[in-house]
Order: sequence, then C-alpha cells, then structure tokens
Amino acid sequence: MAAETPAVLRFENVTVSFDGDVALRDISFAAFEGESRIILGAAGSGKTVLLKTAMGLTKPESGKVFVFGQDISTMPEKRLFDIRGKIGMLFQESALFDSLNIAENVAYPLLNQPSIQCPAAEVMPRVKRTLEFVELGETLEKFPSELSGGMRRRAAIARAVVTEPPLQMYDSPTAGLDPITAHTIMALLIKERDVSQATTLLVTHRYQDGNLMANFRYNSEQGALEPVRNGAQQKSRTTFMVMKEGRLVFESDQDAIESSKDPYIGKFVKQRV
Amino acid sequence: MVASECGDRTYLLDLLKEPVLDVQEFFLLAGRALKNIFRRPHYGDDIILQMDAIGVGSLPVVVMIGCFSGVVMALQMSRALAQYGQVGKTGTLVSLTLVRELGPVLTAIMVAGRNSTGMASELGSMKVTEQIDAMRALGTDPIQKLVTPRVIATCVMLPLLTIIADFVGMVGGFMIAKFVLSIESRQYWTSVWRALEWNDVTQGLLKPLVFALVVSLMGCYHGLRTTGGTQGVGKSTTQAMVAATVLIFVLDVLITKVFVSQGGS
Repeated sequence: MAAETPAVLRFENVTVSFDGDVALRDISFAAFEGESRIILGAAGSGKTVLLKTAMGLTKPESGKVFVFGQDISTMPEKRLFDIRGKIGMLFQESALFDSLNIAENVAYPLLNQPSIQCPAAEVMPRVKRTLEFVELGETLEKFPSELSGGMRRRAAIARAVVTEPPLQMYDSPTAGLDPITAHTIMALLIKERDVSQATTLLVTHRYQDGNLMANFRYNSEQGALEPVRNGAQQKSRTTFMVMKEGRLVFESDQDAIESSKDPYIGKFVKQRV
Repeated sequence: MVASECGDRTYLLDLLKEPVLDVQEFFLLAGRALKNIFRRPHYGDDIILQMDAIGVGSLPVVVMIGCFSGVVMALQMSRALAQYGQVGKTGTLVSLTLVRELGPVLTAIMVAGRNSTGMASELGSMKVTEQIDAMRALGTDPIQKLVTPRVIATCVMLPLLTIIADFVGMVGGFMIAKFVLSIESRQYWTSVWRALEWNDVTQGLLKPLVFALVVSLMGCYHGLRTTGGTQGVGKSTTQAMVAATVLIFVLDVLITKVFVSQGGS
C-alpha cells in the first residue's frame, strides 16, 4: 500500500536519546493522507518526543523520518522550515508567545513561515476567521496571560491551523482541562480535521479523546458532532498507537485495542467513560 | 569488577568533557549569532526594543555609578597625591582610571547584572514553556530572532553607556576638585583632557565592545540551555551573571596587558 500513496509521515527504526537516556526506541510506522492517529501512552513514554522528532525539532540518533516523502533526519535547519510550513503543531503547554497578543500570535506563522506567502492585506482576515473558528473572535487584543487555560489552548490550536497545514499534530490538547472544556477542544479538533481533511496525529493519555476522534464527525449543517459508529468510515481512518517506555507496543484499529488483553493497553481503554 | 571500574572512568571523563562541551556550544552559538548579523531576515523592531531596554533602561544606574566612582577616585587620589604635593594632578588620575578601567568595567558589570540576567531569565522561561520550539516550528530561527538583536543592541549601547559613565565620573571628580580640593575648574578640565592619549581612548572603547559580546552572549547562552522548569530558569540566571562578571574581569586583564605593552605609558 505504501507504493501507491506515499506516506505523509513515516518513521523508519527511529531511535532518539538525550544524554544517554533513550526516549524513543526503534519506532517504525507510517501515517497516510486523511488518516487520524491516536497516540496513547503514560507520562514519559515518549509521545511528545515522537511529535518533536516528526517536526525535526529533535534529531533522531538513528533511523529515518520522512515527512511528505522527504527525509528530514539529516536536513539542515534552514531547509526544515519549508517542511514545517506544512505541519501544524499544538504544543503541550500551548507555547503561545507571552510578549505578543492573541492576534499577533495567530498571525505569527503567516508572517514568519518562509514557505508561506501570505499577502499583508490577507493576514488579519485570516487571523480573524481562524479565531472565530475556535470561538475566540473577541479576544484579538488580549495577551495569553489574560486568558483561561482552555482559551489559551484554543488560541494555540488557531495558531497551529491558521496556515491550513496538511499534517496536524496535537500534543495532549486536553491535558489539565476540566471535562467540559476538554470535550469542547476535542470537538474543535474533529471539526478542524473534517473541514480540512488533514492528516492528524493526536497525542493523549485519555482514551475517550481517541474514542471521540474515531467515532464522531463534524456535521457542518448542524454545527455539532454526530456519531459515525460502524458506518462507512473510509475517509477518516483512525489508528490507535500505544507507547510504553519509548517503544511502540501497539498499532491497530479501535476494535483491536478494545479487545486487547495486554494489561498496559487495557489500563487506557478501561478508563473510558 | 570491570563494570564498576569503567563506570568510574567514564564518570571522570564526563566530568572533564562537560566544560569542553560547554565552551564548544558557547562558541557555536556566538558564531551563529554573529553570522546572522549579515543575513536576512533582520528583526529591526527587536533591535530597537532591546536597545531601549539595555541602553535607556540602564542609563540611571550607569549615571549614578559613574558619578560616585568619579567622586571616590577624586577623594582617594587627592589624598595619595597630597603626599607628593601634587593635588593639582587629581584630574589626570581620575580621567585615566575612569577611561581605562572603571568606566568600562563598572558599566559592563552593571549591564551584566541588569541585562545578562534579564536575557537568561527571559529566554530560559521561553525555553521551558516550549516557546523556543514553537518559534522553530513556526519558521523562525530563535538565534536570529532572539540572540542576534540582543548582541547588536548591547554592542551599540554598552560603548555609549561607557562614554556617558566616563563623562559623568569626570564631572563627579570635578565637584570634589572644585568644592573640596579647591582646584580651579580650568586646571582640572585641562589635566583631564591632557591625560588622555589615543591608546587610552581606544582601549576605553574596545573594552566595552568586547564586554558587550560577553554580557549578551552569556545571557543568551545560559537562557537557551535552560532545562528543568522554573527552578532551571533561576539557575541559568545566576550562572549567566556569574559567568559574565568573571569573564569581564579576565578579559579586562588580557586587553589591558595588550595595551600596556603597546602604549608604553
């Protein structure tokens, strides 16, 4: 299958370590266009490092990382910028720039990403449109420190998707949020996925996030999520991956993860509400 | 048996390797920051912003320090000179000590205290909250955007601040000369002016330029390699200040040595 459609993101035996501590151990997988991947794992299992490696922020010690068919594992930083223009990333702690207000934060990739040529007149309309998409149309002038945790997360999502990247990666988008806000964020990510048809990588430690991603879709007429259980779900395939101590211990679809006998994997599935 | 022996040995080796690695990383950062001065994109706004923070922000403290060091030098020197009956030469000594040593060194230390630490804590906070990674992810080289403007701003502002400190110090010395030592103002200012040679002026301006590189790069270097949350930020801030101050004194000795062996006087 790999021969027909080149993978959007492919890891080949990737090992990453920091000062002798191995963070990723021999990871191989491939994500294809329009696919959603849910990456589950305990704290410190290497989920964040996986995303950072996919973006070229950390270099693999061995192995290769292909993004849109290009090997980024040995690429110099200057050339990586072109690839990063096609990836939207939500960082764990949102990582909004404190010194810039929300509008400037969201405009940042449009103005600074070398591979994105956005006419100056179009920047503000696009920023406004994206902030309205995440329901933050009123906070253009505010600074990140003036917003609540959930709002900051939404602003960071806006910044990640404002360039309409074909590959979107979210690092623990619901961590540290109350269940209602967490649900709102997930609804937003599903909406973004279904509107943009982008390949999505979602890192989380909550199984219900993955469950939502796999079984719900955004209904643009009603403006709400609706279940698609067992339906014709060809378009948005969802794959679950489970990581443990830097290793990829599971990779398959939802039925397989729910019937898995492995106690480690079971721990994630059972906490499902 | 072999394992423990090896463990000890690698531990010792690591202990030796670490400082070497630090130095290497520092020079890599310095090289990239300086290379970026001639490369696009240029972040003019950031340079202006930093100049304001470093130059204008440090002005009050630099003026105070300059003034009081001039006053103290005049008082001390006049006492020493009185033994030889040469109180009239107070201006010469104030001028030489200020321009050659006190002006550059004290100003640099003040700016290190204000701005090295500021840079280290600012960049350190950005590092631990992933803002540096976000910057790279969003298409900006953090060295180009954060380090280079700070280096340029410090290199422009520190020599200017030093000139101001020198001048204010001379004025401080003048007040003592006039009101305490009763030296005529014309005599004081002539001796101040006559004392300075090209050698003094060049070293008085070269030193702040070198110190500016140390102050800005040490702040940025320690900021960018911060790890371990808010505690780490505190640690890098302290390290930046200590490293910058020590290096200022070490480099001061080296530069002075070069100029002494060249100048003769």
